[in-house]
Amino acid sequence: MTSSPVRLPHEPPVRPARARSLRLGSASWLLRLRSATVALVLLAATVLLMALGMRIGDIPMSVPEVFQAITGDGSNHFVVMELRLPRALTGVLVGAALALAGAITQAIARNPLASPDILGVTTGSSVTVVAVIVAAGSTAGGASGALAEVGIPLMALAGGLAGALTVYLLAWRKGLDGYRLVLVGIGVSAVFTNVKYWLLTVGDVTDSGRAMVWISGSLNGRGWEHVVPVAIALVVLIPLTLAGTRSLGALRFGDDTVTGLGVRMNLARGLMILAAVLLAAVATSAAGPIAFVALAAPQIALRLAGVGQPPLVVSALVGAVLTASADLAARTLFSPVELPVGVVTAVLGAPYLIYLLIRVRREARS
Amino acid sequence: MRLQAVDVRLGYGDRVIVDGLDLGIEAGTVTTIIGPNGCGKSTLLRALGRLLRPTGGEVLLDGKRIDRMPTKEVAKVLGVLPQAPTAPEGLTVADLVARGRHPHQTWYRQWSSDDESAVSEALSMTGLLDLGERPLDELSGGQRQRAWISMALAQGTDLLLLDEPTTFLDLAHQVEVLELVRRLHGELGRTVVMVLHDLNLAARYADRLVAMRDGKVIAAGAPHEVLTEPLLAEVFDLDAKVIEDPVAGTPLVVPVGVRH
Repeated sequence: MTSSPVRLPHEPPVRPARARSLRLGSASWLLRLRSATVALVLLAATVLLMALGMRIGDIPMSVPEVFQAITGDGSNHFVVMELRLPRALTGVLVGAALALAGAITQAIARNPLASPDILGVTTGSSVTVVAVIVAAGSTAGGASGALAEVGIPLMALAGGLAGALTVYLLAWRKGLDGYRLVLVGIGVSAVFTNVKYWLLTVGDVTDSGRAMVWISGSLNGRGWEHVVPVAIALVVLIPLTLAGTRSLGALRFGDDTVTGLGVRMNLARGLMILAAVLLAAVATSAAGPIAFVALAAPQIALRLAGVGQPPLVVSALVGAVLTASADLAARTLFSPVELPVGVVTAVLGAPYLIYLLIRVRREARS
Repeated sequence: MRLQAVDVRLGYGDRVIVDGLDLGIEAGTVTTIIGPNGCGKSTLLRALGRLLRPTGGEVLLDGKRIDRMPTKEVAKVLGVLPQAPTAPEGLTVADLVARGRHPHQTWYRQWSSDDESAVSEALSMTGLLDLGERPLDELSGGQRQRAWISMALAQGTDLLLLDEPTTFLDLAHQVEVLELVRRLHGELGRTVVMVLHDLNLAARYADRLVAMRDGKVIAAGAPHEVLTEPLLAEVFDLDAKVIEDPVAGTPLVVPVGVRH
């Protein structure tokens, strides 16, 4: 296949930027040291932020007390294990899932402004949940309490998947084109958003208020029943998306180049989008549509790791750190008033989006 | 016959561009497809490289239907350089060329010593070994085109399809790229099919010319058989004198004017 080596032995090996090869028998991987270091630091930051978040509550604790409560079985054990840890874990896992979904979406759409919102997931969830809260509230007031416990995450999941399916069917035209997907997604999201606002205005005031908290994205009162689905989704989907990392890298090139490299383009694209949709839908069902994390985390991650495309693991960890720190800010900045986490991420997100738009415009001009 | 189009019909949507075309590519040759804009030469090349599925007829790679072979297996034998390819921003030359190893990799075999030597060889062949760490967008047009060819070379295929590899390059860089093609053929015995616009360079660097018009092959053969004054009139509506290239001895087209 390849002819005898032309290269002289003293020349350094040529490799993709900033990578080391890791070989074990006939197996081989590329290890980017900077990405690995960044990932470890982010992991430590996630644990620290979770501990800081778990201090807050009716019984204030210090960080060592939080750790003692987890290992020991004192009176604090129940508070931390049943109330605070699930809330903190939901935040971290939801952030990681959203960021991973964002990294995949941006790679497929070849656009740093893309996020799972354009896949119809988050707006689909929102409009469904608002419809359920408003409808159930006015027709059978008492039932809405039970519905909120079990029904709302499920309805959010179903709505998210239905929204994604709508976008997919409208965007499909003998294949999936990234640009077309973005345009259709923006259109569908706009329709869903307006239906959502219409429902909010016709609904009962208290119902609309409850719906508003959900659609801003909140971690308040999240328990193990919210942690488990996101954790399962991540455990299943992270290895699958990592296996597709190389195809995802290839998909950033033009269609002809992708096919020429032997990638089954529509299959690879479809599977990766499916993974992004599932991650975003499960995350949204657990905590509502937390804005900005999926958009910003992949872009922050690629700058931290110093690579050209959003690195999946680092993106997920940045998402976890972002969500955990936003939640910490939401609960402490205006204490004793606690804001929904989504309000803080949205406030952070707006200037970031403007910065991205300016940068993209500048590049387009140069 | 390495690569063969048998009675193919090609088009986009309802628009048929090529109909009932037959073409065979012999092993170890450099074939250049020429013809006026819109004659279907790029469309034909895309079909030969399974980037476009024929709506009729078939494309055979080593005698087997290319659309029935796993695309990854095809990618180990046949490399394609699309017209004006685009890369993600900030990508380095080494990253681009390493991407060519895709068909040889699996999740547990992502960077073998074969990959490393194939990338190094490809870069040294194109003279880009020192530019591996440079971002692609910082290179000159000629260097960038050589980087893309390196990627196709790193793929380790003995069949290469190049769609207008010299577009947007000045004459010196065009010659540089075509000299590279000649070495690939001469030193490594690669089979090359390319689309070119410059008839004189096509005549100089090809073993075989294929002249197309309106989706049909009008003539195919050695450059001196194809590039004749009557053919230029028929294919390009061009009045031209054909003389001998004083350097290479191949046909040299000197335009007189366009026929109306």
